[in-house]
Amino acid sequence: MTLEILQPGLQTTVQDEGRLGLYAGGMPPSGAMDKASYRMGNLLVGNPDGLASLEITYLGPEIAFRDDAVIAVTGAQMTPKVNGEPIANWRSHAVRADDVLSFGFIESGARAYLAVAGGIDVPPYDGSRSTYTLCGLGGFEGRALQAGDVVPVGTGVDGRAGLDVPVDLQPDLGGDTELRVVVGLASYRLQPESLETFLTADWTVTPDANRVGYRFRGAELHFVEREQPAGAGSDPANVVDFGYPIGSIQIPGGVEPIALLADAVTGGGYATIATIISTDLDRIGQSKTNDHVRFREVTLEDALEARHQARARLDRVRALLTDSQEHAIG
Amino acid sequence: MTTAEERVGTRYSFGGDEWILVELAEAMSVGVNMRSLAICRRLEALALDGVIDICPANASYLVRLDPDTIHPRALEERLRELEAEVGDASDFHLQTRIIDVPILWDDPWTRETVKRFADRHQTPELTNIEFAAEINGFPTTDAFRDAVFGTPFLATMLGFVPGLVWGYQLVPPERQIEVPKYVRPRTDTPERAFSWGGAFTAVYPVRGAGGYQLLGMCATPFFDSRRRLPDFHDRDWFFRAGDIMRYREVDRAEFDRIRAAVEDETFRYPLAEVEFVPQRWYDDPDGTAAALERSLDDA
Repeated sequence: MTLEILQPGLQTTVQDEGRLGLYAGGMPPSGAMDKASYRMGNLLVGNPDGLASLEITYLGPEIAFRDDAVIAVTGAQMTPKVNGEPIANWRSHAVRADDVLSFGFIESGARAYLAVAGGIDVPPYDGSRSTYTLCGLGGFEGRALQAGDVVPVGTGVDGRAGLDVPVDLQPDLGGDTELRVVVGLASYRLQPESLETFLTADWTVTPDANRVGYRFRGAELHFVEREQPAGAGSDPANVVDFGYPIGSIQIPGGVEPIALLADAVTGGGYATIATIISTDLDRIGQSKTNDHVRFREVTLEDALEARHQARARLDRVRALLTDSQEHAIG
Repeated sequence: MTTAEERVGTRYSFGGDEWILVELAEAMSVGVNMRSLAICRRLEALALDGVIDICPANASYLVRLDPDTIHPRALEERLRELEAEVGDASDFHLQTRIIDVPILWDDPWTRETVKRFADRHQTPELTNIEFAAEINGFPTTDAFRDAVFGTPFLATMLGFVPGLVWGYQLVPPERQIEVPKYVRPRTDTPERAFSWGGAFTAVYPVRGAGGYQLLGMCATPFFDSRRRLPDFHDRDWFFRAGDIMRYREVDRAEFDRIRAAVEDETFRYPLAEVEFVPQRWYDDPDGTAAALERSLDDA
């Protein structure tokens, strides 16, 4: 089975759960920026966890199916259409060979996921089909899709059309949002009033917002002056180079915080001061340039509780859809 | 050697629900890097369920965990125990490799890049080499070059991008070279450029932006996503934290010979398995470094 890219959109890449266990070599995980939407897409089309989908950023592609297939679009609302007729998000649909999927303008969120029964079947690289464009590896030839690409789809999964994720179980779609952070890492480098500013300011997502990281504008922060320790570099925002967690926030020069995301640089010498909790990485992945965000401090226990709730919600979707699929087969 | 006073400063910190950063000290030293490595190697040996990544760094280390499998606070407790067990790491023996890294000093490609981005440099009228030599008080650039090639380097950390290795020279603190980074980073750096920024060397694994001072060109790759060379058959990168790198100056003829071997996929990094005993190095840094290099030359 294949699908053919007629128009690539702004940036459409193959993504899955990500490439884990290689951070010590400097390899970021990559993977879907909004995992909740990506996972629910797989559930809708009957895919086992971890199969690859297309991540569609800001502007949708045009895709021709070369075989009959079952698909679902989740995440950002950018009205999907089959042969020009709008279809519902968060719902599985049957498409026929030569049907063309296209998208309208983006209305909310930043990234949509196209799940296809059988999954996008590019060869795994280091255990993942995720694209890491910076080094040109994984995904479809290590790059975003281009017009004319013929993308393989796996076989052996019979999806069923007409399944929905109920509205109350669909994840939030970014926009103006609050991101929960655990303060720490090298937050001791910030002046206490600046940490307070960081947590109360209204931050705007700048145009410099991609899979590597998001840069924000909104306030100026100040670091504690000190005689820099050996090896740290002369700028007060510098520390002896260390590892950057995914979701960690650094503030080069005290202006414009940067949150590191799926394709992050994995280490360096900027003081990081807080980390977005894993659950809210989905939400930042759905925010876009000029959206407003605030950072709210939570405890580790709050972060674990949020993670637990997100998983419970996914489990409810799983139970609902698996049940429907079993009834269909029975 | 690390003092007890410095150890008081260890900071354990949660990076959200999936990460623990352990900052062993704020200042860089061989001693603190040995402690990081010693803890990380013990942690690897434990093979705890739920530990996804163990990333040694210069004066710290970073762990990624799956909180559904192991509670972050339980892992933090375990890490604190490991820190206590390792202590000042003076009894730690690092089983490692010393690896030959051929460098063409003051090569035409980085020289061209230095010229192209002179407007982003502190002293546009000097080459990066002249600047680094002067700011570290070397009487000539040759004296600076001799210092760079005179003693091997510890691979203290990998990261930023895949395969980038931070190198920290195995000399006592008073002989450590420190070089400021560019005022504004370059937007382009050739692949395999050999560079120095802050207290660390780096070879740029891929072409891209960069702020380190450019000193030369490495003949051999640090990253290969196509995994063509035998040393890269298993992974995109060859070096690991804890390796010892001997940067060796080569002339253009040898550089071209090595490039040809890389191109026809026959090149392998010359190396020797060695044991690095921190205490021995604290007692006699120069003698220990020379012995390490002899192991490589005899291999």
